[in-house]
Amino acid sequence: MNVLLALPVVLPLLGAGVSILVGRSRLAQRVVGISVLTAVTGVAVAILVHVDRHGPTSTQSGGWPAPLGITLVADRLSALLLVVASSMLLAVLLYAIGQPGAERSHVGFQSVYLVLAGGVAAAFLTGDLFNLFVAIEMMLTASYVLITLGGRLEQVRSGMTYIVISLLASMLFLAALAFTYSATGTVNLAELARRVPELPFGTQAALAALFLVVFGIKAALFPLYFWLPDSYPTAPSPVTAIFAGLLTKVGVYAIIRTQTLLFPHVLPAGLFYGIAAATMVVGVLGAIAQDDVKRILSFNIVGQIGYMVIGIGLFDVAGLAAVILSLVHHIVVKTSLFLTEGLIELHGGSSRLNRLGGMVRTAPGIAVLFGVAALALAGIPPLSGFVAKFSLMAAITAQHEWWVLAVAILVSLLTLFSMVKIWVGVFWAPAGPAGGEGPAEVEVAPGPSAPLLMLAPTAVLVAGTVAIGVFGGPLYELAGRAATDLLHPQPYLDAVAGR
Amino acid sequence: MRRSLILDVVVRVVFHSAFLLGLFLLFTGHNRPGGGFVGGLVAGAALALRYVAGGIDEVREALPVRAWTLLGIGLACATGSAIVPLLAGRELLEHFKGEVHLGPMGAAHYNTALVFDIGVAFVVVGMTLMLLVAFGERLPSLGNSWARQETGR
Repeated sequence: MNVLLALPVVLPLLGAGVSILVGRSRLAQRVVGISVLTAVTGVAVAILVHVDRHGPTSTQSGGWPAPLGITLVADRLSALLLVVASSMLLAVLLYAIGQPGAERSHVGFQSVYLVLAGGVAAAFLTGDLFNLFVAIEMMLTASYVLITLGGRLEQVRSGMTYIVISLLASMLFLAALAFTYSATGTVNLAELARRVPELPFGTQAALAALFLVVFGIKAALFPLYFWLPDSYPTAPSPVTAIFAGLLTKVGVYAIIRTQTLLFPHVLPAGLFYGIAAATMVVGVLGAIAQDDVKRILSFNIVGQIGYMVIGIGLFDVAGLAAVILSLVHHIVVKTSLFLTEGLIELHGGSSRLNRLGGMVRTAPGIAVLFGVAALALAGIPPLSGFVAKFSLMAAITAQHEWWVLAVAILVSLLTLFSMVKIWVGVFWAPAGPAGGEGPAEVEVAPGPSAPLLMLAPTAVLVAGTVAIGVFGGPLYELAGRAATDLLHPQPYLDAVAGR
Repeated sequence: MRRSLILDVVVRVVFHSAFLLGLFLLFTGHNRPGGGFVGGLVAGAALALRYVAGGIDEVREALPVRAWTLLGIGLACATGSAIVPLLAGRELLEHFKGEVHLGPMGAAHYNTALVFDIGVAFVVVGMTLMLLVAFGERLPSLGNSWARQETGR
C-alpha cells in the first residue's frame, strides 16, 4: 500500500522527464503521457478502495520518520479527490491530443502537463504544510507555462496578472508558514494539530485568517477572485478546462484541510457565510453580464466556489459531506463545460455569443453535451449538481441559516439563467455575426466536424455528471464517511505521524 | 557583437574554475554544504559568464547540447532514483551509503543520493541554458536588430 501512495506524485514527474527525452517523436510523448495518467488513475482508485476499507494510510519517504521526512498520507477525502482529478487529467489530455492547437504546437506541452498532474497529486497527498507549499508551487509553475502557451498578446497580458497574483499568494503562504513555524516549531500536520490549540487564541485566529487569505486567493474567493475571469479565458480550451476543474479546487481542499484539522471553530461561521454569499453573488452576476461563453463559464467557477465555503462554515458532517460532493461534482461539470466550449469554438470559430448561433441544427451533438452539462451545473435533477446542492441545502436547513439558504437558492436560479443565456446565444439564435434576419448571406460556414478524440472524452465526462446523479446515494455515503473523518481526525493524525 | 578583451580573458580564466567549483559542490554536497542545486547554479553561472562575454554562440560552443535534453535527463534521473528503492520494497527516495576500497588509493565513501543530486544539477543547468537561449536567440520577428544596434556603434 505504501508503495502506491508515492506513485501519483513520482510517476508524472518521471513521465515528464521521459517525455522531454522522446520529444522528437510526438507519438512516443503521447504514449508516455496517456500511460502515466492511466496508471495514476488506476493507482488512485486502488488507494481510495484501500483507504475506505482500512482508514488513512501514509508513507514516510526516504525512510525518515514523520516530522523530518516527506510524509505522504491519504484519507477518504484526498483519495476521492485524487481519483476524480486524475481521471479529469486523463480525459483532458486525450481531448488536447485530439484538438488541433495547444498540444501539437509545443514540444513541452506533455511534460509540463505531467508536472501539473504531479503537483495536483502531491497537494492532495501531502501531510505537511511546507510540502503543500511545494506541491502548489509545482502546480502553479506548470500552469504559468500552460496559460501563456501560444504566446498571443492578450494571453501574455492576462498571464502576467495571473502570475503576479499567484506569486503574491505564494509569498503570503511562505510568510504564513514562517509564522506557523515560529509559533509552534513544526510544519507537520500531525504535530501542528497538537500544538496549535495550545497557542493563545489571538495567534490561532491570525494564523487561521492568514491561511484563509492565502488559499482564498488560490480558490478565487471574494474579494480575491478578480484574477480568475481575466486570465482563464485566454488559454487554449483544454488548458482552461483543467485549470477550471482542478486548480481552484486544490485551494478549496487546502482550506478544508487547514480549517478542519488545525483551526476548528477558530474563525466564526458567519465569516464563512459572508465570504460565501459575496463570492456566489459576485460570481453569478459577473457571469450574467458577460457575452462570451468562456467568460460566462469562468465567472461561474467563482460563483460555485461560494457553495463549498458555506459547507466549511456549517462545520458538521452533513455540511462537509455536501462540500465534498460539490467538489467532486464541480470538478467534473466544469471540466466538461469547458471541453464543450472548446467544441463550440472549433465548430463556430468563436466563443463570443453574438458571433455564434443556430448550432442546435448544425451541431446537435454538441448541443446535447452542453445542455446536459449546463443543467448539471445549475442543479437540475437527476444530474450531479442536484445531489450536491440538495445535500448542501439540507445541511443549511438543519442549522437554520435561512438567509444563506435564500442566497444559495437565488444564485442557483441565476446560474441557470446564465447557462440559458449561452444556450440561447449559441444554439437557438439565428446564425450570423449580426444575429439578425437574412440568414442566407450571413450564414457562418460550419467549422470542421470535431475529431472523435475530442468528442469522446467530453461525452464520457458529461456521462460522468449523469452518473454522479444516478449513483448519488453511494457517493453521498462515501462523502459522509470522509466528512466524519474530517471532524474526527485522530486516525489521520496517527497516519501522518506514522503510528 | 563588440567584445571586451578584458572580459574575454577573465572569463576564459574563470570559466573552468567556476565549472569545477560547481562539480565540487555537487559531489561534496551530501555531508557538507553544497548539493545538486547549488552545484548546478554555480555551473550555470559559469555558463552565464560565457554568455556575457561571447553571446549565445559561445554558450553553445561550451555546452553543445540542447537545453531540453539536459532537463529531460535530469528529471528522469532524479525521479528514477526516487522510484528505484520502491521497486526493492523500500521507501520512496530512500538512499544507501557505503564505502568502496580502491586499493592503494584508500577508501571512497559513496551515497546513492548522489544520483538524485546529479539529476537536480542537470535540471538547474538545463534551465539556465534554456534561459540563455531564450534571451540570446535572434527572434525571427525582430530580425537581427539588437545585434545590429550593438555593432553599429
